[in-house]
Amino acid sequence: MVHLHKGALALMAGLLMTGSAFAQTRTLVFNTDTTDPAPKAAFEALIADFEAANPDVDVVVNNFDHEGYKTAIRNFLTADSPDLANWYAGNRMAPFVAAGQFQDVSDVWESNGLSESLASAKASMTIDGKQWGVPYTYYQWGIYFNKDVYKAAGVDVPTTWDQFIANCAKFKEMGVDCLTTRSKALWPVAGIFDYMNLRTNGYEFHMDLTAGKVEWTDPRVRATFAEWAKLVDPGYITANHAAIDWQDAAALLVQGKAANYVMGNFAVATFKDGGMTNDTLGFMPFPEITPGIPRAEDAPTDTIHIPAGAKNVADAKLFLAFVASKDVQTKLNGALGQLPTNKDAAVDANDPFLVQGFDMLSSAYALAQFFDRDAPAEMAKAGMEGFQEFMVKPDRLDTILERLEKVRQRVY
Amino acid sequence: MSAFWKRNQRSLAPWLFLAPGMAMFALYVVIPIFQSMAISFYDWDGLGDAQWIGTANYVELIDDEAFYTSLKNNVIWLLLYMLALPAGLMIAIFLNQNVRGMRAYKSLFFFPFVISQVVVGLMFSWFYAPDFGLFYKLIEWATGAQIAILADERFVTYGIIVAGLWPQIAYVMILYLTGLNNVAPDQVEAARLDGARGWRMLWYVILPQLRPATFIAVVVTVIGALRSFDLVSIMTDGGPYGTSRVLSFYMYEKALSEYGYRMGYGAAIAVVLFAIMMIFISGFIWKMWRDETER
Repeated sequence: MVHLHKGALALMAGLLMTGSAFAQTRTLVFNTDTTDPAPKAAFEALIADFEAANPDVDVVVNNFDHEGYKTAIRNFLTADSPDLANWYAGNRMAPFVAAGQFQDVSDVWESNGLSESLASAKASMTIDGKQWGVPYTYYQWGIYFNKDVYKAAGVDVPTTWDQFIANCAKFKEMGVDCLTTRSKALWPVAGIFDYMNLRTNGYEFHMDLTAGKVEWTDPRVRATFAEWAKLVDPGYITANHAAIDWQDAAALLVQGKAANYVMGNFAVATFKDGGMTNDTLGFMPFPEITPGIPRAEDAPTDTIHIPAGAKNVADAKLFLAFVASKDVQTKLNGALGQLPTNKDAAVDANDPFLVQGFDMLSSAYALAQFFDRDAPAEMAKAGMEGFQEFMVKPDRLDTILERLEKVRQRVY
Repeated sequence: MSAFWKRNQRSLAPWLFLAPGMAMFALYVVIPIFQSMAISFYDWDGLGDAQWIGTANYVELIDDEAFYTSLKNNVIWLLLYMLALPAGLMIAIFLNQNVRGMRAYKSLFFFPFVISQVVVGLMFSWFYAPDFGLFYKLIEWATGAQIAILADERFVTYGIIVAGLWPQIAYVMILYLTGLNNVAPDQVEAARLDGARGWRMLWYVILPQLRPATFIAVVVTVIGALRSFDLVSIMTDGGPYGTSRVLSFYMYEKALSEYGYRMGYGAAIAVVLFAIMMIFISGFIWKMWRDETER
């Protein structure tokens, strides 16, 4: 009898212990679209660090293909939502906020003092006075140029638009495309439009235009296109850009067949893979067009949100606070090759592009989010198609602007 | 109960066999058609609440430039896809010989239909690509003009149709090969004795016997032409600036794509596409009904 009792007691003790061990590990489901090699490795390191700091949480990551994620998110937010999801800031997150699919995380911002440390990105995360996610990285846009081609043509880095156009004439004589781009997936030409508009008319006008407060047939918009026509009409831009991908256009820059490329910093990895080095690849902020306008830049922000249907909200908020902290941001962005949104974080001093970008963005007058994130989805699509059409058929400007105006009337 | 069953077994049994298939068809095809029609009267972004707006989506559609471009492209697709029929027939007749290894050749000719349409689209877009595409270089060598087919609004739809015809011709070819196997050899012998050969033999003796195969080939080709979503999506994404759009792609763009949050509008486009297809489907069903009742 005594033996039986002892055995039973031991068994019960054993069962109880395993039971409590199970109860301690909580899972956190994270849906992400970081399938490109560098971001994937960076996120794996981030999650390993979080799990080390919180040993009772197990993070389960669901990785989606980068482009497929943009349609998959609409499915998994309503059916079987994870606890955390990647997305973008500004107007890109507006449809989900309006549909109540993202959770209000203003309390995370409050309790961790994020309004100070993430000040530059706060505006793009705020709708209706509340914050709906946490930004973890942004990157600069600007002009990447091939230093060897510049040397061969004997030109200097331009600081004003007129100098840029004059350089273009010299490049054309050499048989090199002054500006290369690709428009098969539309968004690179939106980058060109953003900068043309920001430099011709200024940040406030650009924000008004993307918010639908200005007509597209306004003479100031025409002025932007007139400046753009200075590149399109003489044929300084790569021909047939509507048929190629951005990696193909990058190949043109690497091979010296093109001199400049308006792109984001994520392209540096591709340029370097193609064989360019810090000595052959240069970066410059977009030159000034209308003198006296304060310099605003495009800085698209990537974010993490908590879906409304999340099960483990407490740990998700811990994760958001973790991602926003300065050391984590330094490490994550070091691996991503992008800029931390936390102003107290550090930037790798060995990468001249990051240093230049960080200075440029920190000293910028204001930051735009990029056309397809500042403007609502339908306007963005119509706008980008209009820009692509303008670059191929500049004489159709009037029809294009009227069509964009018609879309604006309906969308806003 | 069992007496009732024994008496009416003959007339009840077919319905019982059809029941599972009909249930699936009703649940997954017929009911969603009506649901789509219902959605087209709402303004819905797929995430939040739907708002009733009546026929506003259709009114907007009438005024939509992109809709007319898509409609025009669909008509071009329909007309040019019909080229698959004579091409498939010619290849089938060519392959219908008793040469050694003919089965291997038939398999090779059938191969384009087996590979995924996405792969076909990708391959053709590299074929047409500026600077390194084979077709681009061919045009450059032959005419001296540098035309990137997929970036030029005049040629882009034709370029995609050529890519789509490649697997479609293979499909039609197989249908005709099967039909040719069923051609009565004694009729061919009799015609030969009467002095028919070549073109006259084909037109007066072979083709009439291929009527069922031709009917199926037409059905399949029409449906393929109206459905052409994968190729447009992979090769040009509707571009350049929307000139290669077709209705099925436009519907996806408006309702389900990255920049499309308008389910109601997409549903309206889908209803229009359905109406166009119904014209053909009704024609086919009427013909089949007529053939059956004549028997």
